[in-house]
Amino acid sequence: MPQVSMTVNGKATSGDVEGRTLLSSYLRDHLGLTGTHVGCDTSQCGACVVHVDGEAVKACTIFALEAEGAEVATIEGQANADGSLNVIQQAFQDHHGLQCGFCTPGMVMSAAALLKDNPKPSEAEVRAYLEGNICRCTGYHNIVKAILAASGQDVGAIAAE
Amino acid sequence: MYNFEFEQPGTIAEAAAALGSEDALALGGGQTLIPAMKQRLNAPGTLVSLSGIAEMKGVCLRDDGALSVGGGTIHATVAAQAGAHYPALAALASHIGDPAVRNRGTIGGSLANNDPAACYPSAVLGSGATVVTNTREIAADEFFQGMFTTALGEGEIIVEVRFPIPEKAHYEKFVQPASRFALTGVFVAKYADGVRVAVTGASEEGVFRWSEAEAALSGEFSAAAIEGLSVPADGMIGDLHGTPAYRASLVSTLTKRAVAAAH
Ligand SMILES: Cc1cc2nc3c(=O)[nH]c(=O)nc-3n(C[C@H](O)[C@H](O)[C@H](O)COP(=O)(O)OP(=O)(O)OC[C@H]3O[C@@H](n4cnc5c(N)ncnc54)[C@H](O)[C@@H]3O)c2cc1C
Ligand code: FES
Ligand code: FES
Repeated sequence: MPQVSMTVNGKATSGDVEGRTLLSSYLRDHLGLTGTHVGCDTSQCGACVVHVDGEAVKACTIFALEAEGAEVATIEGQANADGSLNVIQQAFQDHHGLQCGFCTPGMVMSAAALLKDNPKPSEAEVRAYLEGNICRCTGYHNIVKAILAASGQDVGAIAAE
Repeated sequence: MYNFEFEQPGTIAEAAAALGSEDALALGGGQTLIPAMKQRLNAPGTLVSLSGIAEMKGVCLRDDGALSVGGGTIHATVAAQAGAHYPALAALASHIGDPAVRNRGTIGGSLANNDPAACYPSAVLGSGATVVTNTREIAADEFFQGMFTTALGEGEIIVEVRFPIPEKAHYEKFVQPASRFALTGVFVAKYADGVRVAVTGASEEGVFRWSEAEAALSGEFSAAAIEGLSVPADGMIGDLHGTPAYRASLVSTLTKRAVAAAH
């Protein structure tokens, strides 16, 4: 069986995988990092979004072997070093950006990828960036608000909607 | 999904050799192939990943003035880097699917797949681009041969696409919001020697050139020049998202919008 090695949330990992082992199953089943959710397994919903070498990708649509040698970041590595929520996670809590929470890991990882490239996005840019992240609960509004707040922008103006 | 051997060559030559073995298939960004393999629509014995081949990636201007895009270039790179030379192409790439799809999916994979609703085929046909493989050069007019069908032979690899740069161009996409593909999309490009109009998402034959509109627009490049022109509904795709007549109507509406927006 082929061996794969990659850094996940700063820690070196390796394991025996099959060719067909998806990155989502390597993270969840081999490493026990079940924060990466598999919502659709058909590349549509974005619940499984993680970062591979800093870029947002759907972990259900990349083989583990394709991430050989990569730096992978998942929701488990997002909190601050002292265990407190990072600024994006805290904003999701403050602005009720989640209900059931199933989509949230993917939303937070997508938001982090957006803010890395575009630290002060407009509301339209946030909505466009979340094109591939589906939420069945919130209606998106509070998710968008949380991401704008996490970017340090005033969300008072859109709070009334 | 059935299991397979995974290979990751570092050069085009190695990839071509690996693809020579029976039952081997190229893996680009996997954004079409992995979902297809999950459904067992595809079950290769060996998957040859092209993503480690540096010589197949990147965007650059050639000495002859054409824009060269490596066959393994992801959509996000085209969106970020083609804009200075060919804004309409960069804009098209920036609206394919969603950010995570654009971070994996490649132009070579999109063209090899030739989905009838994909975006890139319209840019390649609309620009009269050249598809360069590991063995030959294929003109856009010969490359697309109907839905999911191309001129590519078994194991042939798209290593580069060369786009002549137009004076003006625009891609107008009417999004099918569930799939994020084009319900119908029209790519219009104005060159010194004439206008090309390529339509995706509409015809049962896949991407096609609307020659009547090309002739009218080559005379006068304005939306008014194609007022009253239309494509027949016969042969257009009909599904739960739109009837053939609806798609035919989209073709003329989107062409006018593309002409008006071209810059
Ligand atoms: C949610 C979602 C939304 C999408 N929205 C759009 C959209 O709006 N517009 C759009 O156009 N597309 C869309 N796509 C498709 C996307 O653009 C894919 O990236 C693309 O169709 C396939 O490229 P790939 O590199 O992922 O190829 P793969 O999936 O890896 O491969 C597809 C096929 O091409 C072959 N292949 C791959 N690379 C090469 C090469 N260099 N030479 C020869 N053969 C090769 C493979 O063997 C396979 O048969 C979407 C996909 C998803 C999942
Ligand atoms: S589980 Fe990966 S996109 Fe839905
Ligand atoms: S909070 Fe339930 S799916 Fe988004």
